[in-house]
Amino acid sequence: MTETLLEIDNLSVVYETSRGDLKALRDITFDIRRGEIVGIVGESGCGKSTLISSILRLTAPNMRFRNGEVRFKGDNLLMASNRQMRDLRGSDISIVFQDPMQTHNPVISIGQQMVDIQHRSSASVREKRARAAKMLGFVGIPDPEARLNQFPHEFSGGMRQRIAIAMALMSEPDLLIADEPTTALDATLEVQIIERLQELQREMHCAILFISHHLGVIAELCDRVVVMYAGAVVESGDVREIFHNPKHPYTRRLIECDPGHFKERARVLPTIPGEVPDLADLPGGCIFRDRCDRAMPRCASDVPPLETLKEGHRAACWLNHEEVPA
Amino acid sequence: MSLLSVENLKTSFGSVNVLAGVSFKVKPGETYALVGESGSGKTTVIRAIAGLAPAQEGSVKFAGQEIRGLPERALRPLRKDISMMFQDPVGSLSPRLTIGSLITEPYRIQGMKERDLDAEARRLLQMVNLPAHFVDRYPYQLSGGQARRVGVARALALEPKLILADEPTAGLDVSVQGELLNLLNDLRERLGLAMVIITHNLNVVRHVADRMGILYLGRLVEEGTTHDIFETPRHPYTRCLLSANPEPDPDARLNRIALKGEPPSLLNRPAGCEFRERCPFAQEICVQIPQWEVQDGHGLRCIAPLTPEVTA
Repeated sequence: MTETLLEIDNLSVVYETSRGDLKALRDITFDIRRGEIVGIVGESGCGKSTLISSILRLTAPNMRFRNGEVRFKGDNLLMASNRQMRDLRGSDISIVFQDPMQTHNPVISIGQQMVDIQHRSSASVREKRARAAKMLGFVGIPDPEARLNQFPHEFSGGMRQRIAIAMALMSEPDLLIADEPTTALDATLEVQIIERLQELQREMHCAILFISHHLGVIAELCDRVVVMYAGAVVESGDVREIFHNPKHPYTRRLIECDPGHFKERARVLPTIPGEVPDLADLPGGCIFRDRCDRAMPRCASDVPPLETLKEGHRAACWLNHEEVPA
Repeated sequence: MSLLSVENLKTSFGSVNVLAGVSFKVKPGETYALVGESGSGKTTVIRAIAGLAPAQEGSVKFAGQEIRGLPERALRPLRKDISMMFQDPVGSLSPRLTIGSLITEPYRIQGMKERDLDAEARRLLQMVNLPAHFVDRYPYQLSGGQARRVGVARALALEPKLILADEPTAGLDVSVQGELLNLLNDLRERLGLAMVIITHNLNVVRHVADRMGILYLGRLVEEGTTHDIFETPRHPYTRCLLSANPEPDPDARLNRIALKGEPPSLLNRPAGCEFRERCPFAQEICVQIPQWEVQDGHGLRCIAPLTPEVTA
């Protein structure tokens, strides 16, 4: 079994607000092994972004860690000093953000920006530029040396996102966090990015935490999937298990809702009626029960624990515990 | 008869020819999708139709009347019949106005002040399945999906005949996306709306559009019924686009055909077929300029089109 790189263990995070604590993450538990691609899927407000901020400890002023650990190579990052975190960010852990149009400084050439981010290295500027050119070639930018002198506006959106990936990979990180890196891109560019990430992962063996609400991309790219709903993990497991044998009604409904499933024009597309619960005033019992088509009396009273159903496949639903009456 | 008829529409910004002659027609009650990569000119087409972007050449006829190049004063009454849904749902709503005044603004602009605006606002909110008390809310209090619905309500306020929708589901979660598409389908049937939808999400096109056109570098390269295009795409570019659609199934056998390179610069359009340099099926004959040809309602701009065997 491959070594575990990142372990999120019972992580709970709140935002302190005038209305009381907003429970943004509750008892999040999952791990990423070396060289593995793990996808996090969930709708707006499920806590994906808070999770990334927690791992990198780039926290909002009113954000508080209430419980749990984030262990990277065995060290609890929540106990690390600011100095240690700074050393980690952009070297062992890097990130690619959602919007390729706003990632780069518009008034500094791409080459200069790629040299600047190697500030930790003692190499000469010439060597740093050579490395930058090599990385651009690596992500499929043609004629990389000449391109170093160009500015962000001279590149297409897909190229800018690939440049962002090149920059994130300059330090050969062990973990790359990709926060919806294809959401702002067209389908053809989306595919380019996915294929490039797959190649990079094979060549550099870095683990990737890939965040998206696009199920098609998750299905294609990831080895394992973590499904989040309203600040909690409701299911996690091997990508095939999740898509072919989902054990939580939310996962099942989410997959059913994807219009990519219907090859013929559908009169009415399936949806998940209802709204995500208020995180400052959570109902008791299962958080999904109000929107669940198979809710039982027990779901209102008891919170279902995230339990292992079989090797690596976990879900938090009472349906997996009892014989359901026919 | 067509409700909207766009003929050989050309737009350039300075020396950049963004639209190099776009033609298509939309019948009353029909939904037409324009599909293409970033920079293909999708947004410029609908902005030019609405009079929000210049169009130096060509014709835009709405219900038989030429509307290209009309001055703002002459366009204003037409905006009752043609309304627009903008791409960024939150950004298109003024942060300082309540939802109620935002969705009744079209009445004030059109001088229809005699109406009971508060009642109208409630009626419109109900139409897009939002609670009536939202009239007093501000845009920042809405989720992305709710802001979209407000955009739909505002576009419907004047009971238009044609809606121009720029990426109506971009950035929405799948379940919310389904709700919005259901809403658009439903309103279209009830109100007999025609729509032009711009999107790069092919899964969306399949469920809302009757016909679709594929735009490449400011020209249509293929056009037909949505069913035909999905089943038997004949232009290699269409084939590449369709195959680039990730499926929500880890075991999907993707018969993917990779696009080579980047879209060429509009300042330096390739000679011959403009897709030639990226085309996985290019042949020597493709140095010739392909003409637009229509067969059984299926339009195509390709000298060496794909046969159904390649397509399958």
